Amino acid sequence: MELYKGGILNRYEIQVLGTSVQTIINTEDRDLFVKELSKIGVLSPRSTAARCVKGAVKAAESIGYPVMLRGAYSLGGKGSGVAYNRKKLLGMAKRAFSSLPQILIEEYLGGWKEIEYEVVRDKDDNCITVCNMENMDPMGIHTGESIVVAPSQTLTNSEYHKLREISIKVIRHLGIVGECNIQFALEPNSEEYRVIEVNARLSRSSALASKATGYPLAYIAAKLALGYSLPELENSITKITKACFEPALDYIVVKIPRWDLQKFKRVSKKIGSEMKSVGEVMSIARKFEEGLQKAIRMLDIGKQGIIDNNINFRKIDESLKAPTDKRLFAVATALRNGITIDEIHNLTKIDKWFLYKINNIVQVYNELINQPLDNQLLHEAKQLGFSDQQIADIKKCEELDIRRLRKRCNVLPVIKQIDTLAAEYPAATNYLYLTYNGTENDVQLDNRKAVLVLGSGAYRIGSSVEFDWCCVNTVRTLRKLNYRTLMLNYNPETVSTDYDECDSLYFDELSFERVLDIYDFENPLGIIVSMGGQIPNNLAIRLHESGVYILGTHAEKIDMAENRHKFSMLLDKLNIDQPSWKELTNIKDIEKFSDLVGYPILIRPSYVLSGAAMSVVENKKYLYDFLKKAASVSKKYPVVVSKFIENAKEIEMDAVAKDGEIIVYAISEHIENAGVHSGDATMVLPAQRLYVETIRKIKRIGKQISKALDINGPFNIQFVATRNEIKVIECNLRVSRSFPFVSKVFKINFIELATKIIMKQHVEKPEKSHFELDYVGVKAPQFSFSRLKGADPTSFVEMASTGEVACLGDNFSDAFLKALLSTGFKIPKKTILLSTGPVESKADFLASTRKLHNRGYEFYATRGTAIFMKNNKIPVKVLRWPLEREEPNVVTYLREGRIDFVVNIPKNYHEEELTNDYVIRRTSVDYNVPLITNLQLAKCFVDAITSYKVEDLEIKSWDEYS
Amino acid sequence: MDEFVKLVLEDGTEYLGKSFGASQNASGEVVFTTGMVGYPETMTDPSYKGQILVLTYPLIGNYGVPENIVIDELSMNLESEKIQVSALAVSDYSAQCSHWNAKMSLAQWLQQNSIPGIYGIDTRSLTKKLRDKGVMLGKIIGKGNIRFYDPNKSNLVSQVSTGKVKIYGKGTTKILLIDCGAKHNIIRSLLKRDVTVIRTPWNHNIFNMNFDGIVISNGPGDPKMCRPAIQNIKKALSHRIPVFGICLGNQILALAAGANTYKLKYGHRSQNQPCTDNKTGRCYITSQNHGYATDTKSLPGGWNEWFFNSNDKTNEGIIHKSGIFRSVQFHPEASPGPLDTGFLFDEFIEVIRQNGR
Repeated sequence: MELYKGGILNRYEIQVLGTSVQTIINTEDRDLFVKELSKIGVLSPRSTAARCVKGAVKAAESIGYPVMLRGAYSLGGKGSGVAYNRKKLLGMAKRAFSSLPQILIEEYLGGWKEIEYEVVRDKDDNCITVCNMENMDPMGIHTGESIVVAPSQTLTNSEYHKLREISIKVIRHLGIVGECNIQFALEPNSEEYRVIEVNARLSRSSALASKATGYPLAYIAAKLALGYSLPELENSITKITKACFEPALDYIVVKIPRWDLQKFKRVSKKIGSEMKSVGEVMSIARKFEEGLQKAIRMLDIGKQGIIDNNINFRKIDESLKAPTDKRLFAVATALRNGITIDEIHNLTKIDKWFLYKINNIVQVYNELINQPLDNQLLHEAKQLGFSDQQIADIKKCEELDIRRLRKRCNVLPVIKQIDTLAAEYPAATNYLYLTYNGTENDVQLDNRKAVLVLGSGAYRIGSSVEFDWCCVNTVRTLRKLNYRTLMLNYNPETVSTDYDECDSLYFDELSFERVLDIYDFENPLGIIVSMGGQIPNNLAIRLHESGVYILGTHAEKIDMAENRHKFSMLLDKLNIDQPSWKELTNIKDIEKFSDLVGYPILIRPSYVLSGAAMSVVENKKYLYDFLKKAASVSKKYPVVVSKFIENAKEIEMDAVAKDGEIIVYAISEHIENAGVHSGDATMVLPAQRLYVETIRKIKRIGKQISKALDINGPFNIQFVATRNEIKVIECNLRVSRSFPFVSKVFKINFIELATKIIMKQHVEKPEKSHFELDYVGVKAPQFSFSRLKGADPTSFVEMASTGEVACLGDNFSDAFLKALLSTGFKIPKKTILLSTGPVESKADFLASTRKLHNRGYEFYATRGTAIFMKNNKIPVKVLRWPLEREEPNVVTYLREGRIDFVVNIPKNYHEEELTNDYVIRRTSVDYNVPLITNLQLAKCFVDAITSYKVEDLEIKSWDEYS
Repeated sequence: MDEFVKLVLEDGTEYLGKSFGASQNASGEVVFTTGMVGYPETMTDPSYKGQILVLTYPLIGNYGVPENIVIDELSMNLESEKIQVSALAVSDYSAQCSHWNAKMSLAQWLQQNSIPGIYGIDTRSLTKKLRDKGVMLGKIIGKGNIRFYDPNKSNLVSQVSTGKVKIYGKGTTKILLIDCGAKHNIIRSLLKRDVTVIRTPWNHNIFNMNFDGIVISNGPGDPKMCRPAIQNIKKALSHRIPVFGICLGNQILALAAGANTYKLKYGHRSQNQPCTDNKTGRCYITSQNHGYATDTKSLPGGWNEWFFNSNDKTNEGIIHKSGIFRSVQFHPEASPGPLDTGFLFDEFIEVIRQNGR
């Protein structure tokens, strides 16, 4: 759209393939969209704009209560809500008009079913719907926040095909060529419908639909954009049928979003019309109950199924009515507490069909508690998706006891294929899932030597596409080496779950139980656990103990690196320094230890009450606060306390070793000092500002550890360095988040080398010259604070970023600025607000302030900073603190767009209370004003913008850097 | 707890499941459909007469069954007055249903119609067997035993066709429907277009009646058993009366034209069959239910293949070069299934009107 509006497309005579720009405009612009729909008699939610209270009432009365009130042109849904009657509307409208010129009165569709169709159309007007999906959570909850099933489960033929026909009608009228998504609201007690929106492009739902059906939507859409027609293209799963058809599923798919809300203080746990989830999981099953319980385990949030006794719903009604990320569990709890399905339906508006099914799980759970575990009950429980662990927990025995019992009773899962047409035609598909609702395996045992690669599961904070990149490269390398590749993963957003990447794709749980199931059937040479991040890494030792062959570094060595005590002993033995630490079980010992090593300390609880799991603590008072509020400490739940080293640099080594000898390595430095989680840090490779001696020491330590652990494959070591000391913080015998980054900067595929080593193939050590680069790579975190209303937008020891970017440049500033701009940062035009925290950081930032001043920037500052600047003869205008509520106030200036850039340095490592600083940071994010909260980062940014203009940044392709 | 029952195939394979619906034994030809919605419509489709139907979609019964409103022998919402399948086989039956339109559960409906159902079996494994070996005879056995029954040896059409002539609607255009077991949505689709529908028994002597065009309906079994209907159509062709055949009607028209039909290995029963119009190259997603097909190669001069199946290239429709005799193998009336080819009714009515001028 920007290219079109800016005239770029025209100027360079660039043709847009597929769906035209006008069509995109017609779908994006609300007014045009509604107009287009009404031309073909298709209904959309009624909506009227009002400019005064009287107008609002009139609009509401013509639509009929309840109505939805929405602020036009307002940020963050300000002023929006549901008015159930005239009186309520009057109050809400008055309040809204006090700050808004216009509001929208809309038809309220809360509780309607939310249904989506994925539609494909070619230039010849052939049009198909590949998949429909039903949100279990009805209208009112963003589809990205909803539990979704495919295909729809509660729609009759008439409803299904009515909406399908409208989809096609709309898509034809809009003239889409390629793929699009259309969302409907369907009244639950009639066939009334409304078209909510059309996304004239591939969306998150399209990715889900592709994985749910096996129909490669993006591939087909690309072909259609190139001018192919649907009947010309073949169905790439069956290879004998055509792409012009609609998949018939013979299974159900359940998607559940993955939230990480507990990572953010002050963020509401409520879910609604805004998207807060950071990832999703998809399960495939032949019963809804089976799919649901599988998906819950896939979330990797410590739940074995829908019944969880560890969550306390104090007000169950409220938990049902006002949805949070835990509502699913509230439903099961309510059923167990005897609340009727009708009541739950009234509170949640979830269709009763879903509730009946959840109740089936509850019933069998009760049977498991009250009855002996006979063959039939065991089978039934497995068919409803109970895991061995879940049954073992109820029966107070070990997971492996249940597994042995199952095998003895012949209660085993079967492997089924996804073939896009419900077995109607033979299909040589390798897209597989496991189910207990079947008696026959679809696949024959293949005797070619196979390797099973464990994937990384749902995207979440701390684990994203980088691990998937590693898995995909592993599989590709294995294929080149002629192994039969088996991939296990369940994240529909990933490339590793593309069925053409491997020889057999198991779209299923990454659990001990499921890995053993697949291992038993496939009997592979071994499994690779070092590429998918922490989930496979955590499974390694148990799998090894159960006789599974772990390829690469020995499982016992993995344990040695993972187990804090063992690793610490190893470091001591090797004479490698580490921050002092202790695992403690009572407050008194923590206090004693902290006094001994001196504050600040880093404290890591094993049981978290609320908020962040890890914190830096500067004094005794805060230690008490933290332990009282955030963490409990006991013999059962020890905490790990370690010395926090201030003003230290963080350095990472990513490497691959063979028989303990390092083959390739990359040493990167963080721009931010220690105290910022490595996932939130800005990373520079090659390290630019380390002493040669530091690098030498790091290499030496890396070699020692690699040798001691006899590493075969990838590993990562994190260091803190002060002027003359280097300490090891941790070591992981798996890939780290930065493996793709270092591979791309060095242009050496670390994963390919690692995979070859894991498979005991010969590898050449790259020449030293490969590591001497004439360019620099910078990796910067991408935050989503603007979507996480209320979150404090700054970096602490807990990771908060949801993505990353990386750029190359001829020097550090070049690469750094490109990376920052890529995360959406804007270079300030004229005015900068400074609030630079403690006096040391004010002083530290002085030189940077001068540089900005010399460039002609104008400054605003809060009181302390302003005084400091005036003392240093830098002109500045003082603004009042937000909570002073006096003008000229920082908040007003931010809201009015009078500030282009904010530097706000927190005063300590944890800022708990609702402070002035928090309000400044939050307002900046809410009003889209670039914000930096880290001193080192701010300094680099000033250096970069005072030495480069955007126009100076040279645009070069990756290949051009050599 | 539901009783255990088994589905036994003629090759001896047994599937052990549980009973829902009527508790009695049943036998017939075992066929599968891959449609994901519309079990009430599917089960009332008279083309399934004599068949034990396997639904490949595993979760069945979710939205219950609506009331079947029948006025003057015409169902207002389903495809005939009663369940036509001999038995139903599914994987996961939802005993509790949820829908504003549901009058009763699927199990209750089956009981009312004395039709047995089996659930909890591996329908995918069963489907693969039918796909690989072709459709087979089978039976559902609870207590006791019964013989296998081959419905293709009976004249099924005579069992499902209407007993007497019925007239619906008041439109000026009069369409005679040869009811070989017509899905009622064919009648409803025609009535929506404001025509008069004269519904006659399959073997009725139609030429003493007054009408402008003929629709030959779908129906069960081997088209070659419908000799009287074939004879009637032969006569209609020579009188240049517009004809539109659907499903079995496609095969009857082909036979009347002098072409041949044959039995498919396992038929087409689904809602996602892509059919391409030979002339325009346009591809439509269609609803289908047939075990026999027209042999395109046997079409005499003057006849063309109208549609073909994009997946397996079998015939999906024929058309005479005059354009007034035409038929499709799929179901333009849908129900269940996609509504994409409903325009074929409009086209045919237009053909009749043009022809009358």
